[in-house]
Formats: sequence, C-alpha cells, structure tokens
Amino acid sequence: MSQFTNLRDPVAARKVLARIAELATGQPHRKFMEICGGHTHSIYRHGLEELLPQNIELVHGPGCPVCVIPMGRIDDAIYIASQPNVTFCCFGDMLRVPGGKLNLLEARARGADIRVVYSPMDVLAIAEGEPHRDVVFLAVGFETTTPSTAVTVLEARRRKLSNYFVMSNHIRIIPAIKAILNSKDLDLDGFIGPGHVGTVIGNHPYEFVASEYGKPFVTAGFEPLDILESVMRLLAQKANGRCELENQYTRAVRDAGNPVAIEVIDKVFTVRPHFQWRGLGSIEHSALMFRDEFAEFDAERRYSVPGVQIADPKACQCGEVLRGAIRPWECKVFGTACTPETPIGTCMVSSEGACAAYYNYGRFNKAPRIPVKAV
Amino acid sequence: MCVGIPARVVTINNDRLFSAIVDVDGVRREANVALLADPADPLREGDWVLLHVGFAMSKLDEEEAKSTLEFIRSLGSVYDEEVNALRGRNSA
Repeated sequence: MSQFTNLRDPVAARKVLARIAELATGQPHRKFMEICGGHTHSIYRHGLEELLPQNIELVHGPGCPVCVIPMGRIDDAIYIASQPNVTFCCFGDMLRVPGGKLNLLEARARGADIRVVYSPMDVLAIAEGEPHRDVVFLAVGFETTTPSTAVTVLEARRRKLSNYFVMSNHIRIIPAIKAILNSKDLDLDGFIGPGHVGTVIGNHPYEFVASEYGKPFVTAGFEPLDILESVMRLLAQKANGRCELENQYTRAVRDAGNPVAIEVIDKVFTVRPHFQWRGLGSIEHSALMFRDEFAEFDAERRYSVPGVQIADPKACQCGEVLRGAIRPWECKVFGTACTPETPIGTCMVSSEGACAAYYNYGRFNKAPRIPVKAV
Repeated sequence: MCVGIPARVVTINNDRLFSAIVDVDGVRREANVALLADPADPLREGDWVLLHVGFAMSKLDEEEAKSTLEFIRSLGSVYDEEVNALRGRNSA
C-alpha cells in the first residue's frame, strides 16, 4: 500500500481504515459531503477515495470560494479594475476565473493595473505607498478570510487612508449548507465539516444539520488521517442510529470559535439579502456586505458596479458537481473543452476545485475501486 | 488561499499595532496578529500559529505545527504556491 507512505501515521491510518471497512459492511451506499477546498485537495492528492470501501462515496461540495464566484461578479470586478486611476488587487487564483467576456488576466493584458497579492495587508501597504491611486481589494472567501479583510478596513480607518476600497465577495458557510440541505436532489448521508471555517465560527453553528435535518456532521481537519477518522465517525453514527454534531479537529476548532474574529466581522459587515453562487443560484443571506458606517470603503458603492447577472455557460455542469449530483469527470466538457489552462467552469480554475483536483491527479479513469481488506 | 500554514512567531513588533515577524520554513514576513489579541493568553515570541493570508488565525502547539508543516510540504504544489506567495513571488 504505497499510498500510506505520504500519510503522517500509516499504522493509525490502517487501523482507521480497518474500522471503516468493519462499520461499512452491511450498510447501504453512503454519500458524505465535504465542504472545504482543502479537504477536496487532500482527498485527491492522497487518493483517499480509493482506500474506502466501495459503498462509501465522498462528494465534493461548494467549499472552494473561488469556484462559486459567478461570471457577473468577475465582470463587476473588471469594471472596477478598468476605471481610471484604479489599482486592483486580488489573490492569484482569481486571475483565471471566467467572466462574461474576459478574465482578470486578460483585462490586465488590456491595460488594467491588476496586481496579485498574498494578503489584504499587502493591499493596505500599496494604498499607503501610492496615496494618489485608488487601491481596490477583491475580497473572496468564507469566514476563514473575512476577519482579515475586516481588520484591514479597521486599520485603514485608523491610519486615515481614503484610497483603500474593498469589493466584498465574502460568503457564509451556514446558508450554503442550508441551501444544499434544501435542494430537491439531495442525496447525502452526512457531512465532513470545514475545519478552518470552524476556527473562526466555532462548532456549535453546525448543530442544526444534525438536529433539524437529521444528518450527522463531523468537523474535520484537512490531513488524510483527519478525513478518514471523520468518515469513520460518520459511519459509526449511522451504524448505531445516532445523529450528532462532532468535532474531530479539536486541536484547532473551539466550540465558541474565535470571539475576536467574530466581533470584527460583525463590526464591519452585515448580511446581504441575496447572493448569486455559481451553479447554485441565488442563496438568501449567504454573503456579507459593508455596514453603512463603513460605506466609504465599499468599492461597489464607489464605482456603482453594473451588477448584471449572467447565466452559467450551458456546457458547464459546475452546479451539479458542487451539489454532488454528478462526479467531476461525468461533466460533458471535463478535460476536453474545460481544462485548468482554459477553464469554462470555476471548479477547474482553483487547485482547490473538485475538477482541477481530479484533472491534476488523474483520478478520473473510472476504474473500479479496490475494496480494503481489514488488517 | 484556504490552506493555512503553520508559522513560528519570531518577533512581536511593539512599535506597530498587532504586527509580528513570523517564520514559515525559513521564509520570514510580517503577519497581523490582531485576531489573537487575548489579554488572558497573549501571543509570545516562539509561539506557533496557523497563518491564513498573512493573519494568525489560531495558536498551535509546537509538535502539531511541525507535523502539519511536514504534511503540507508533502502536498507539493500547494506548499510551493503558499511559500512563493509568502515570499511575494507570484506565478502569475
């Protein structure tokens, strides 16, 4: 079993896999969804699906914030980036996300001043160093990155910077999970919960998944053993007729989360009535916008963005992939018209997207999975 | 972007608000530590933290941090992207 050479603790992994095999025996086909780009990447990198019994399937939900950005938002971003005197800053994985006509990389080639940054603090430094430019940060991410954006806004106010602006695409994990739970074609038996979001919001906000929707939920770290252990815990709940919220990732996730981070988010941002998600449509209360008290930092208000919604490309099945209705390689354009170099859908853009992960690790040969023998 | 990476706090910059120099596998850069401002459990030099887009998000114990770092190294491209971004060298 060469796959184990990369795992931190091969002996422990074998034990967990043996227990999984035992628990899975006699159970019907089980589908567990993870909602974290880090989980998706880790699962493919280590070929975890191939280690699991054949009746256990992992479904890769909308856990990659880059992958759920709809084309209309990219067009709005390009609109801002193309205004005179604007320096537009974003993370590197946003450059190839398709807009209606162009992506940010192509907008840059046409003359827009678009710069890649590692941290929103870098954007603040650019704003400070170039006071005559309007410096705009394209903020994306779940609650993991939202507090950092909020801190830069508070810091900009403290430093009296009047040329720092943010286009907020910050999204919220709970409404996204609710949307999946409410979808008509829902066919899931439990969730592997996003650990790094949990470091901010804590574990208790996920309680409703078990109590109201009857689906077990295990918040998990992103290493292979964490994910395997979480699958084991979900299966144990199923086997024993339990349905609970558990926290496998106690070394980083505290039940109450990070109160400082929650407070700064709440100070700067408020909930948007609706936000468009690629593939999932409009989801109520699923994103954050600036509170009126911080309107001066809001790039959308400053530039009156067009805000045109563009339907996802017909050929692209990102939505079905994100809901777990199809596997990435079952999409009509996977690996042919849609590749990481020329992505049609955003799941192919980021290395954390399900399609890119499948494509990069070549795990789409549809070969039957080998059952794991107990040791 | 979403993969946090363990970093060791080298110095806390007392002259700048919530600023520290952290070390990720020999690469040093300034990090913001505002989100770990807890008077009951202040951040100290030598502490390990989980770093996300330049922000320390949670404390880690040393052993845990080192083995997580080892794991992220094994991820290849994810590690390279993260460390290059930390250095300020971007692929695009």
